[in-house]
Amino acid sequence: MTGVLKAVKKGRGGVDIAHRKNTAEMSVVRIPAPPFVQIPMHQNIGAPCTPIVKAGDRVLVGQLIGDSEAYVSAPIYSSVSGTVREIKDVKLASGILSKTVIIDSDGLMEEAEFTPPVVTDTESFIKAVRASGLVGLGGAGFPAHVKLNLPQTAKIDMLIINAAECEPYITVDYRECLENSENILLGVEAVSKYLNTKDVIIAVENNKPKAIKVLADIADRDNDRGDKVKIMKLKSRYPQGAEKMIIQSATGRKIPPGKLPSDVGCVVMNVASIAFVGRYLATGKPLISRSMTIDGSAIKNPMNVRVPIGTMMDYIIDYCGGFTEEPEKIVCGGPMMGMAITGINYPVVKGYNAILAFKKGDLAQKKETDCIRCGRCAAACPLSLIPTNIERFAKIGDVSKLKHSGAMVCMECGSCAYSCPAGKPLVQHMRLAKSIIREAEAKK
Amino acid sequence: MSEIKEKLVVSASPHFRSKDTTAGIMRDVIIAMVPALIASAVIFGYRTLIITAVSVISCVVFEFLARKVMKRNNTVGDLSAVVTGMLLAFNLPSTMPYWMVVIGAFTAIVIAKQFFGGIGQNFVNPALIGRIVLMSSFPSQIGNFIAPFAYRDTVDAVTTATPLAQMASVYSQDNIGAAVDGAELPSLINMFLGVRAGCLGEVCIAALLIGFVYLLIRKVISPAIPLTFMGTVAVIMLIAGKGSLTFTAYQLMSGGLVLGAVFMATDYTTSPISLKGKIIYALGCGIITSLIRIFGSLPEGVSFSIIIMNILVPHIEHFTTPKPFGTVKEKKREAVE
Repeated sequence: MTGVLKAVKKGRGGVDIAHRKNTAEMSVVRIPAPPFVQIPMHQNIGAPCTPIVKAGDRVLVGQLIGDSEAYVSAPIYSSVSGTVREIKDVKLASGILSKTVIIDSDGLMEEAEFTPPVVTDTESFIKAVRASGLVGLGGAGFPAHVKLNLPQTAKIDMLIINAAECEPYITVDYRECLENSENILLGVEAVSKYLNTKDVIIAVENNKPKAIKVLADIADRDNDRGDKVKIMKLKSRYPQGAEKMIIQSATGRKIPPGKLPSDVGCVVMNVASIAFVGRYLATGKPLISRSMTIDGSAIKNPMNVRVPIGTMMDYIIDYCGGFTEEPEKIVCGGPMMGMAITGINYPVVKGYNAILAFKKGDLAQKKETDCIRCGRCAAACPLSLIPTNIERFAKIGDVSKLKHSGAMVCMECGSCAYSCPAGKPLVQHMRLAKSIIREAEAKK
Repeated sequence: MSEIKEKLVVSASPHFRSKDTTAGIMRDVIIAMVPALIASAVIFGYRTLIITAVSVISCVVFEFLARKVMKRNNTVGDLSAVVTGMLLAFNLPSTMPYWMVVIGAFTAIVIAKQFFGGIGQNFVNPALIGRIVLMSSFPSQIGNFIAPFAYRDTVDAVTTATPLAQMASVYSQDNIGAAVDGAELPSLINMFLGVRAGCLGEVCIAALLIGFVYLLIRKVISPAIPLTFMGTVAVIMLIAGKGSLTFTAYQLMSGGLVLGAVFMATDYTTSPISLKGKIIYALGCGIITSLIRIFGSLPEGVSFSIIIMNILVPHIEHFTTPKPFGTVKEKKREAVE
């Protein structure tokens, strides 16, 4: 049996937060086909797709409905079978306006014919990943084929599978480990083969012993074919699952400012994404649904659900028994990095991993007071920044000091704002700082 | 269908916040000072409590009035004025006339703190400025110490010198460590328990250490500053005293060293944020304290050393700001490329 590795290098900073993994032991439930779906054409970082169907067309589950010529983009498939009602601009939860294909479901969920892609080399593998429609399922929404299509010069020696899931509440990655380990193994084998990586590390926080056991089993099976896959146990501390942190834990390497994981010889993939790659290569069924955790104090029956892309949030919340009482805040994603949304009349896109609804008073709101320079923000910053200074420079718009402060390195994990006793919205100021720097660079 | 009737709260992430608040931190500091306050009341009597009360109340009132006059929001609720009031009282002898305490409170809160923008903006420790102004204005009153438990005697209390002053008076050029034998000092046990002359809050080392441990457990302060500060003084005194452990122990426990190192040098606003900065700052405090104690005309140097280092904090920060994650040092970068 493969031993479970410990982190090579412990990162600094971070915060201890309540895990609240209430749904950890709940299997992912496939929700019944919604009466209609709104499938936005803008679901990934990069270029949006152009719809290739028109109103009145009959579509099947898994049928291509949108694609783009652009490189940084991923095709979009229908998630239900039925008739295209109309194509119009719809506002998404993130606030952007996107061309959206609205499909009335016939409830049959009739599937198109899927054939497993023919993959023989790296090029055909990348092509297959693009055709699958995969974007990072951990929340970033970056097209996977772009991440995997590395320049010739890049020397990649390690594939890191991110199963840390350090955000509170969210348990879909954990469920993926328990329920879908076969596909994880298939995905790991394929990606490590075609990217030619020497080692594979699956990183999990130590508060998920069951997942560690399951993953250790699949690692063992793979190791019959060469000792490649290893499991790494990380201390459960937010934000262990951040890309920079997980690379540091697994290899001791630090990504320099403005660089990518490939610059330090690593590729990091979310566990749900890698499992999807495995399944796609075996079946040819593209990305048409995803798992989400529906939780929070205002949700009647918290659970993990598998939803077709484009399902309306209110339909999903209804399926979870609706609200116990009027929520005060609804967060799309985790409570540390997720975004607060203005309503539930929005469709689900590929990158959403949770909807959390909170009762009034459940999220402690602090009154903003003056900074006392206690240094908690700096101590909590995993990237060695001093958020209080950056806030000050941003407020006075001091571009040269902002550049020097390393604000661009910030990944907006929220550890600073979480620990601030003065209740400062530090992440907001970090974003302001970045936009000031970008603006100044653009002017040059 | 699930519906949202009222408007949802939309704000920037993170949506979780820790329970720490400024007032909570200040409350912890106040709690940490309570053992020393009780010890002082036992040692110096009711006047301890009155001076502390006068100091705290005047600080809070001045804070309130200053904010009002300057048309700024009321910050009395953050309890920082209470902390300043207690610290100021802790730095005064039990014989201090009450009206002078009020002057000290005015200097601390209005001049040192509010004139510079209030909490988080003052560049020196307000309580120490209060003490230093009183020290230069009323040198004889601030140096007027009485013996411990003198309040129990019916006769008028006789002025006594502090152990530090006693030692300083008999320093000889070639061996200052011998001062321990020259002066008639309280026993080390009494030094530890606070049975000796001195300022209100500084005498009972045991009580101060309880407060120190409390602050560490509550993670209000990191041990870097107090330990470096006291450690530096210990090392210098050990060398200056030609290896006399007794002399070093007396130096560590006398004067306001423990009070200053635990409660005043650690003031967030006037100390560096990074660990490296904290250590340099505390080293400076320790060196200046020792130099004043050995060579200065004053017996005590803790308050001046902290004030001097407070002023240097921006410069220390300039040189100790940590490099953002992954930044490669210039030389290394050349080597890589």
